[in-house]
Amino acid sequence: MGINHRMSRREFVGGGAAAVTALTLPLPAFAQAAARVVVIGGGFGGASCARALKQVDPKLQVTLVEPNRTFTACPFSNNVIAGLRSLEEQQFGYDKIAAGGVTVVAQAATAIDANARTVGLADGTSLAYDRLVLSPGVDLRFEALPGYDETAAAKMPHAWKAGEQTLLLRKQLEAMDDGGLVVIAAPANPFRCPPGPYERACLIAHYLKTKKPRSKLIILDAKDTFSKQRLFQNAWKELYPGMIEWVSLSQGGKVNSVDPATNTLITDFGNHTAQVANVIPPQRAGRIATIAGATDNTGWCAIDPVTFESKSAPNIHVIGDACIAGSMPKSAFSANSQAKACASAVATLIAGRAPEAPKLINTCYSLAAPGYGFSVAGVYQPKNGLFTDVEGAGGVSPADVPRDFRAREADYANSWFATITAEVFG
Amino acid sequence: MKTFCVAIGIATVAASSSPLLAASVPPPGAAACSGCHAAGTVPASPVSRLYGRDAGDIMTAMTGFRDGSLPATVMTRIAKGFSDDELRAIAAWLAAQK
Repeated sequence: MGINHRMSRREFVGGGAAAVTALTLPLPAFAQAAARVVVIGGGFGGASCARALKQVDPKLQVTLVEPNRTFTACPFSNNVIAGLRSLEEQQFGYDKIAAGGVTVVAQAATAIDANARTVGLADGTSLAYDRLVLSPGVDLRFEALPGYDETAAAKMPHAWKAGEQTLLLRKQLEAMDDGGLVVIAAPANPFRCPPGPYERACLIAHYLKTKKPRSKLIILDAKDTFSKQRLFQNAWKELYPGMIEWVSLSQGGKVNSVDPATNTLITDFGNHTAQVANVIPPQRAGRIATIAGATDNTGWCAIDPVTFESKSAPNIHVIGDACIAGSMPKSAFSANSQAKACASAVATLIAGRAPEAPKLINTCYSLAAPGYGFSVAGVYQPKNGLFTDVEGAGGVSPADVPRDFRAREADYANSWFATITAEVFG
Repeated sequence: MKTFCVAIGIATVAASSSPLLAASVPPPGAAACSGCHAAGTVPASPVSRLYGRDAGDIMTAMTGFRDGSLPATVMTRIAKGFSDDELRAIAAWLAAQK
C-alpha cells in the first residue's frame, strides 16, 4: 500500500479531480477504487480507529497522521508522578500499526479543506480522503487562566499531557522538603479524565505519606462535585487522614489566576502559595478540529452519535476527548470504544449503507494507592442526538466492600492498561 | 451436494470481496469488550479472553451478572445495559472470533 495517496499540492489537482469523479459515479460492486480514510491523531482514539478500519474492511486505504513517533499514554501517568512507574512504561510506537497495513505519516496536520476533502501537512504535501476521522485530543486553554501559559507551565506543571510535564511534576515532588504544601488546581467540566485530578491527589499523597509525611495537599476545585467523589473521599480518610484537603467551588476553590514567580494560586477567598503547584487548566478540542470547522462555541465538537460525523463539517468524523459525547466521559476507554464504533460506521457508510445505532461502554479505573482500586462504568446509546446512559446500567464501585474487592479492581486496572495498549499499539 | 457446497463457497467469497459488504461489522456493543478482555493471547491477564469462547457460556455469564446471581466487580454494572437479543448477538460474534 505504501504512501500511494500522498501527493504534492501540484500532483493533487489531478488526483483530487479523479477522486471526485469516482465518487459521483454509481457504485458498481467490483469496479470501485479502494476508499481512502485519513485518521488524524495517534492516541487511544485515532490509533484504535485506524486499526479497526483495516479489520472491518481490509480493502480500505487507511492513513494515520501523527507527528510524534512515540505515544505517551496519560492513563497510569499519575503512577509515574508518584514514582511508582517509569515513563517508558507509558510509551508506545506505531510500527505494528504500520505493519498491519495502515500508512503512518509522521507529520502534523495543519490544514483541512472539507469541500475538497484534503488534509494539508506541515511538510507542504496533502492527503486526499473520502472520509476523515479526527481524534485530536485536547488543547490546553492557557488564555482561560490569567498568569498561566507555556512558560508558567515549566514552573507550575499541568502534567495533563503525559511526557516531560509528568516527569517535571515528579521531580518537583522529589525536590520538595518534608512539610511542604502541594496544590492541585482542578478545572470545571468538561475536561479530559474527570477522576484524574483526584486519583493524582491520592497517589501524590501516597508518595508524601511514604517519603515526606509532614506534607499536605490541597485541591482547589472549580466544581462542587466530582467523579467517584464518595469513593475518593472515603479513601482519603482511610489511607491519608489529615493529609488531603478538598476546597470546592462554593468554598472558594476556583483558581482565578496564578503567579508563577511566587508559585501562588489566587482564588476569590485568598492566595495559596505552594511548594509544588499542579495547575490543570481548562481545555478544548485539539486545534485541528477548529481548523476543520468541527468545533462549536464551546470549543468541542458536536457529532451525530450514530455515525460520529461532525454536525458542522460533512464527511469528517470526530471521536475521543474532542467530541461532545453526552454522558460518556473523556477517557481512553471511551475513545477506544468510540473509535471501533466509528470505524464500523465509516466502513458501512463507504459501502453505501446506513450504520446501525452503536452501543458503547466505558470503564474507568482509579487507584487510591497501589492495590486499592475502584471504577466507574457506563453503557451508552444514542438518544436525542447524544450518547445517554442506558438506564439501570453503570455506576461506581460499591462504597462498603472489603479491601479484597479494592485489590481485585486494582489488578483489573493494571490488566486493563496492558490489554488496551496491546490492542491499540501491540 | 458437493456442487451445492462449492456454490456456497463461491457465494461467500464473492460476498466478502464486495465493497458493498463491510467485512465484519460487529453487533452493537461487541467491539467494546476487547478494551478489557484481550483480543489476542498476549498479554496474560486475570480478565478472561472472550474470542472463540462458547456463545452459550458467554450468555450464561452475562445473564448471571445482570440478575446478580453471579457476583463480579464491574460486569454486574455493565451487563445491566444489554437486552437478551443484544447479548445473544454479542456472544455469537465473540464466539466466532479467532
